[in-house]
Amino acid sequence: MARKISIKQAVNEALDQEMARDPAVICMGEDIVGGTGAGGEADAWGGVLGVTKGLYAKYGDRLMDTPLSESAYIGAAIGAAACGMRPVAELMFIDFMGVCFDQIYNQAAKFRYMFGGKAETPVVIRAMVGAGFRAAAQHSQMLTPLFTHIPGLKVVCPSTPYDTKGLLIQSIRDNDPVIFCEHKALYGIEGEVPEASYTIPLSEANIVREGKHCSIVTYGLMVHRSLEAAATLAKEGIEVDIVDLRSLSPLDLDTVLDSVTKTGRLVCVDEASPRCNIATDISAQVAMQAFSALKAQIEMVTPPHTPVPFSPTLEDLYIPSAAQIAAAVRKTIKGGQA
Amino acid sequence: MIITPIIMPKWGLSMKQGTVVSWLVDVGASINVGKPIMEVETDKIASDVEAPDPGLLRRKIANPGDVFPVKALLGVMAGPEVTDAQIDDFIASYVTPVDADDAEDGAAEQAWQWVEIDAIRVRYARRGNAQDGKLPVLFIHGFGGDLDNWLFNIDAVGAQNPVIALDLPAHGQSSLTLAGTTLADLARFIAKFLDALEVPRAHLVGHSMGGAIAARLALDAPARVASLSLIGSAGLGREINAGYLAGYVAANSRRDLKPVVEQLFADASLVSRQMLDDLLKYKRLDGVSAALTELAAGLFPGGQQGELPVPSLAAGGIPLLVIWGKEDRIIPASHAALAPKSVKDAKVAVLPGAGHMVQMEKAGEVNTLLKAHVG
Repeated sequence: MARKISIKQAVNEALDQEMARDPAVICMGEDIVGGTGAGGEADAWGGVLGVTKGLYAKYGDRLMDTPLSESAYIGAAIGAAACGMRPVAELMFIDFMGVCFDQIYNQAAKFRYMFGGKAETPVVIRAMVGAGFRAAAQHSQMLTPLFTHIPGLKVVCPSTPYDTKGLLIQSIRDNDPVIFCEHKALYGIEGEVPEASYTIPLSEANIVREGKHCSIVTYGLMVHRSLEAAATLAKEGIEVDIVDLRSLSPLDLDTVLDSVTKTGRLVCVDEASPRCNIATDISAQVAMQAFSALKAQIEMVTPPHTPVPFSPTLEDLYIPSAAQIAAAVRKTIKGGQA
Repeated sequence: MIITPIIMPKWGLSMKQGTVVSWLVDVGASINVGKPIMEVETDKIASDVEAPDPGLLRRKIANPGDVFPVKALLGVMAGPEVTDAQIDDFIASYVTPVDADDAEDGAAEQAWQWVEIDAIRVRYARRGNAQDGKLPVLFIHGFGGDLDNWLFNIDAVGAQNPVIALDLPAHGQSSLTLAGTTLADLARFIAKFLDALEVPRAHLVGHSMGGAIAARLALDAPARVASLSLIGSAGLGREINAGYLAGYVAANSRRDLKPVVEQLFADASLVSRQMLDDLLKYKRLDGVSAALTELAAGLFPGGQQGELPVPSLAAGGIPLLVIWGKEDRIIPASHAALAPKSVKDAKVAVLPGAGHMVQMEKAGEVNTLLKAHVG
């Protein structure tokens, strides 16, 4: 049966159900229990934003509060995964990934390849992504492209509670390392989610709105901004197709190409910095594989190539807006041929 | 003076609004009961709105492209004796009734009820009332389906008889536990379901696998079955589209599922994004794939129908109606000819322009046939 829950609750429920189902699933992270000596839920924070709240009371030592050393516990999680566990490590802010990069891109991502398919690393690294949290340049980045660049890593960034639960369960059951990106501005949004466990494959984009005039390809918070733009554009008689990639690696290029073939126009919307991001990748693939379908130039909507500003006014300007997305769609329609 | 409002229909329990696609008749046209008046589209499917009563189309209120809530006024029918002023008054005083299912927050849930049978939680819907002493009609869906397969039928038949539709075990929103993998097991489960609802006797309407279950119950407990209506039914001949069954069970993405589901309809364009998303939400639940695999192995071993109860009905006295979509690609319409002709009032209707989901594609004709049969 489905009921409405938030993305935060969807993450919690996915972890809860997988920990109940499979004793090999463990959680590690900073403050995910609540502090050393926590006497159960009463004293347990459940992570910096309370996402893992309540799990310690149920699963006890299968949740491990780690020292403030990302390189140590991400390495430990990867090692445990290589030895048969299914760890879910919470890295709090994706911005902190830098200190454990060797563990992730040179070890976890390479084991299957380097050991001739004999080793698997079923680890999930959860991290918060995105701007809008007034948390300044070191806690606000959308670093998804750093990870899609690495063969051997899977990268997921959901936009709804339904997708969050299904994709996280699939990520935990997946036998490869998955970087699971949770947008902090979306934790509170609610949607219908079945109570039972379910999985969504890590290779399928979702079509969240159908239209024939232009395709918007995006993910994460930008899905919601694109839906806002679509509502505005619909009043002008412009109907957009919105593709929510959900999984950034592997990438469901077939759904993107189908959409562009139908509409003939493409706007890529990405909250990541504009150089070598998901938008540039999608643009390049479409230009190579569906050039003859295009009736107009491809447009991209991204933040400027700057750190995320701390000034609230500037931060709001930094994040791509529905108005910018709508303007880009209009540009493809004006610039194109009928 | 009789003025008949044409209103936005409610197709299925979750429908809140619909979009008017086009009018199919002009103002001034004389309309018979059941004639398609306009085409309406929901996020699930498009279909025709049919005339509830005969009359003249006097006024069009809705324009193509307009979105209206359920039960909103779309047009007006009336006889020639009614004046334009009277129609203006009628329109001005029309108040869209609040949808009972929508009265409160979370109301979609109230449209459904739940009952537990053998530790299996069963979702069902109940409509209409028994004031005329009419027996209830029980709708039984097919393999992989759910009670929303009857979204165009429940309210129409419910206007005449009380109606009940359920999600079979491991289907829809019922528990993901099978109640067995033989027709006898499933028929027994239906009998227990009727016991739980305190329904001693009912008209059974079964689609596909649901038809075979209904026929099995008619053989095993004839006293409980007032009549049988079998739609695109299993249980008549051996043949069944094994590729469809395997494809439906295996598909886990929209890309894989779409061509499979399109086989259910004569008009493949009826398969909407929402329909596929809803099916995927069900199919992706832990346990569904295993349950469907087991059920298919039990009922359709080797890609053929294992049990054929319908021809054995010949000796019984239960009235039989057989409906088929002529372009059925799952169970061939030629099986309609295998219906036993000696059964009381046996009637066979093969409807052109419809596939396996004939009760959706030709809802008006199917509803007329069902109402006459159970009447």
